[in-house]
Amino acid sequence: METIKHFINTIAAPKILFNIVVLSYLIIFPPFKFFQKIHDALGVRRLWTKKGGMAIFSLMFLAFAFGLTDGNFRLIVLKPDNVPIVALLFLVVFFVWLALHQAQDNDDAIAKGGKPKEWAESREKVLVFPDLVYIEFIALMIVAALLVVWAIGLPAPLEQAANPTVSPNPSKAPWYFLGLQEMLVYFDPWIAGVVFPTVILLGLMCIPYMDKNRKGLGYYTYQDRKTAINIFMFFWLVLWMFLISIGTFLRGPNWNFFGPFEYWDHNKLEALNNINLSELVYMIWLNQGLPSNILWREAPGFLILIVYFGLLPAILAKTIFKDLYARMGVVRYSIFAVLFLMALTLPIKMYLRWLFNIKYIVAIPEFFFNI
Amino acid sequence: MADIKPPVTNTSNTKAAANPAGDMDRRSFIKWSVVGWSAFVAVVAGYGSMVARYLFPNVLFEPVQTFRAGVPEDYEIGVSEQFKEKYGVWIVRDSEKIFALSTVCTHLGCTPNYLPVDQKFKCPCHGSGFYTTGINFEGPAPRPLERFKIYLSDQGEIIVDKTKKFQQEKGEWSDPESLIVV
Repeated sequence: METIKHFINTIAAPKILFNIVVLSYLIIFPPFKFFQKIHDALGVRRLWTKKGGMAIFSLMFLAFAFGLTDGNFRLIVLKPDNVPIVALLFLVVFFVWLALHQAQDNDDAIAKGGKPKEWAESREKVLVFPDLVYIEFIALMIVAALLVVWAIGLPAPLEQAANPTVSPNPSKAPWYFLGLQEMLVYFDPWIAGVVFPTVILLGLMCIPYMDKNRKGLGYYTYQDRKTAINIFMFFWLVLWMFLISIGTFLRGPNWNFFGPFEYWDHNKLEALNNINLSELVYMIWLNQGLPSNILWREAPGFLILIVYFGLLPAILAKTIFKDLYARMGVVRYSIFAVLFLMALTLPIKMYLRWLFNIKYIVAIPEFFFNI
Repeated sequence: MADIKPPVTNTSNTKAAANPAGDMDRRSFIKWSVVGWSAFVAVVAGYGSMVARYLFPNVLFEPVQTFRAGVPEDYEIGVSEQFKEKYGVWIVRDSEKIFALSTVCTHLGCTPNYLPVDQKFKCPCHGSGFYTTGINFEGPAPRPLERFKIYLSDQGEIIVDKTKKFQQEKGEWSDPESLIVV
């Protein structure tokens, strides 16, 4: 028992867990041929059958029940604040399964030359009143009853009056902002708090203009919109849902990482000496002092940024995004590539922090400009 | 056909005749849009000025910015947290000087905790860590904690003046006003 818990605590460390999550994503939603082969060999498509769904859920419930036997796990998971996130984990998995289950049925039907299920359904007319309104009304009653029971059963925590000189330890954002808070660990507040949220919203608004694929309108499908679904799922599942769960369950006092069965020790010591890229290049690699000129000091970082945002889109257009580039044209491809690369900076910076302890690629604290 | 005639020059009497359906002609459309937009801009400007006024309250309930912090002999080597709650200042003494550190994290403004065991300040929001000198060494904080002006009064008391701050990245920590040599 203790060995299992210890093992889970060990692999819950971000360096390991993030790799596991990314790898499972690549196998479940394979973006490249290489992963497609693994996907086929493992028979991942069986996950989206009814049996597969039962298996996923039984596993999740089992894991959860096993966790509940542990005091530290109970303390975090059953905290009234965190109960919705537990529900969210199950709901996200359920709806991903439901969508892909229906998509797989439709894809199989289309592959046999048939029509998607929705095609037949959409020919039948249903009245808004009473058919739809009744369903909505019943749903409303159930949700209202659930909220009342929930509010009585799990009272919202009341804390002390706000005091600017005391920050609760750990200080957690509301759950829907925990992804952003996790981002703030790796970025300057200007970037993670202002630029990225704006770009995320603009990027979401761009989707209908980027993705003009008419297939998949009005019916669930995976095969017809593979690229779109793969890209979206990565950012939604890995960089949003996963970060929210990490922020809720695995971030403890002093914003340190704690395994799910680990005691939240306020004195846990984790040495995280971080350096900027300029310090790494000049002081460690070149073994000299930092140049006094700011631009010269940050030249390595600027060089990397120019290559990343200037050259990389062109290189990608010639290689892995060749088809995409042909389909999208220059303008739409450029916008897509910049948005895509910006989003990828988050995992890249996470790895840089874990592997090389790099804090900022460009660090100009004199002007609040840090990337 | 009355409908296809060019619009009659606009006088108040011919309006109805020119527009039997009661549609607005171009001239009055422009007139009314000028009226409408002026009213809209006036309302927005009015509310805007109220918001702007709100940003400059008549009375500010802020703790005083300058306070007395005892005499240098009160402080042993290390970090004193006695003014953290009231003034947001740590008084730090090392082997040669006393200085006043701001308790505001330079990353996003939370209040770090002093961990005596590890000899560091650790922010609970995103995990930034600072040495007792204020230098940032872990987590995302881009620059060291700020120091405040500190000096000895004529009576030999320590005075901390929060209105003037000293930032390491601007090379201000060597300023004699930012420390008391002991």
